[in-house]
Amino acid sequence: MNREPVWQPSASQAALKSRAQQLAFVRGFFAKREVLEVETPVLGRCGVTDVNLDGIPAQVSAGTRTGGWLQTSPEYHMKRLLAAGCGSIFQISRVFRNGEQGRRHNPEFSMLEWYRTGFDDVTLMAEVSDLVCDWLGCERPEIIQYRDALRRWAHIDPFAATVRELMRRCEEWLEPEQLADLGRDGCLDLLMSFAVEPNLGRGRPVFITGYPASQASLARVSKSDGYETAHRFELYVDGLELCNGYWELTDPGEQRLRFEADNELRRRSGKPEMGLDEAFLAALDQGLPECSGVALGLDRLLMLKLGVQDIREVLAFPFERA
Amino acid sequence: MASYSTNEFRGGLKVLLDGDPCIILENEFVKPGKGQAFNRVKLRNLMTNRVWERTFKSGESLEAADVIDQDMEYLYTDGEFWHFMLTDGSFEQYPADAKAVGDALKWLKEQDVYTVTLYNGSPLSVTPPNFVELEVVDTDPGMKGDTAQGGSKPATLSTGAVVNVPLFITIGEVLKVDTRSGEYVSRVKSS
Repeated sequence: MNREPVWQPSASQAALKSRAQQLAFVRGFFAKREVLEVETPVLGRCGVTDVNLDGIPAQVSAGTRTGGWLQTSPEYHMKRLLAAGCGSIFQISRVFRNGEQGRRHNPEFSMLEWYRTGFDDVTLMAEVSDLVCDWLGCERPEIIQYRDALRRWAHIDPFAATVRELMRRCEEWLEPEQLADLGRDGCLDLLMSFAVEPNLGRGRPVFITGYPASQASLARVSKSDGYETAHRFELYVDGLELCNGYWELTDPGEQRLRFEADNELRRRSGKPEMGLDEAFLAALDQGLPECSGVALGLDRLLMLKLGVQDIREVLAFPFERA
Repeated sequence: MASYSTNEFRGGLKVLLDGDPCIILENEFVKPGKGQAFNRVKLRNLMTNRVWERTFKSGESLEAADVIDQDMEYLYTDGEFWHFMLTDGSFEQYPADAKAVGDALKWLKEQDVYTVTLYNGSPLSVTPPNFVELEVVDTDPGMKGDTAQGGSKPATLSTGAVVNVPLFITIGEVLKVDTRSGEYVSRVKSS
């Protein structure tokens, strides 16, 4: 089917104006707090090992280097700046994720990412609340433990349940043969997406924290209630996942192990392994200051501000029109 | 036959699910930032017309269903099958059974063009155009002076369909009818 190309933007003039105001608000917010704005490459040499993040490879020829990846987040470059002694920094950047398209996703989107030296996850959550609640004019978020959220809305204990019990619980959505290779975290993601998330942040925004250690990603892990949990948090407003933050892992050995574990998962699920970002690991070797960091989806924040249900209403040109 | 991966799912796509041809009505991409992606898909089973909701893991795929819509002229019925002919000049004919013709039966008029949905080369369903023009074969006599009052009465059309029409309609007139609602639209001026 050949369709006529659409040249018009999909966002209204009002939405475009609100986007500009949001950018000004964010820059003003960090200027007041003396957090330095930085710019790091959108086009990098390495992608990420995360099994559930697919980067977009780029064909580059420049000097002796060929190939590269559009960045899924500015995290590694920003942490190299932190290791170089930049202090607290923020960035507004475009990030890219292959295959992500829908009412809440576009393969290219705007990310606000910031790092606060000397902050732990709890302090950073308070700052996220300041930013989001000042802009949206909403109530300050409540904090719910991941385990309690799953128990309350998915009616299962995510830490105590066996994989078999999780799989049985997921049969409400998937056939047994689809569940066979989903694994523990895949089951938990399904329950989070379909049973829990729709209920989160209705009326009052909510932070989910205390993720299973297997979902720590780049967050440090500690023991609570006898289970290893990650110092990772996500903010939900009106059922919409808005940001993901960590009390950052600074141990280069542990980081390398997690990358290698990711690649092992990739191998098993038939995905290509990703080269490790040795420049990032070298920066961790040098020493990342104690810090917390968070990445927040600016397009989704604007959706909430404007009360719209589709990301295309806040993007001038979503991918299908780009 | 080709297959479609979840990232190719979109409304209108025809796929095989549990052995039946289905059309995708809605496809919602669901993914926690760091987690596994899923597609929540609403499909209509083209055999039963039932709507199914299914979840797929991102990367799963469904076989394409050999389902195509073709414009065909209705020719005649032999009592068991209703025979249609492609309008592309090939004169190829397809017999549709009562199940495939379904509710379109009451709008079938020889030489009119219908959309026939073929599954593996056989008619699966017949869809009439949104508007058809049919002759009134039976209705109570018209009453003069009732044009403005807006009463209605049943009229039987040449295909056997019964529609409610204004009181001034008489036998022999040709009417435009909306097949989706089964409602009278207007009189058609005889040429």
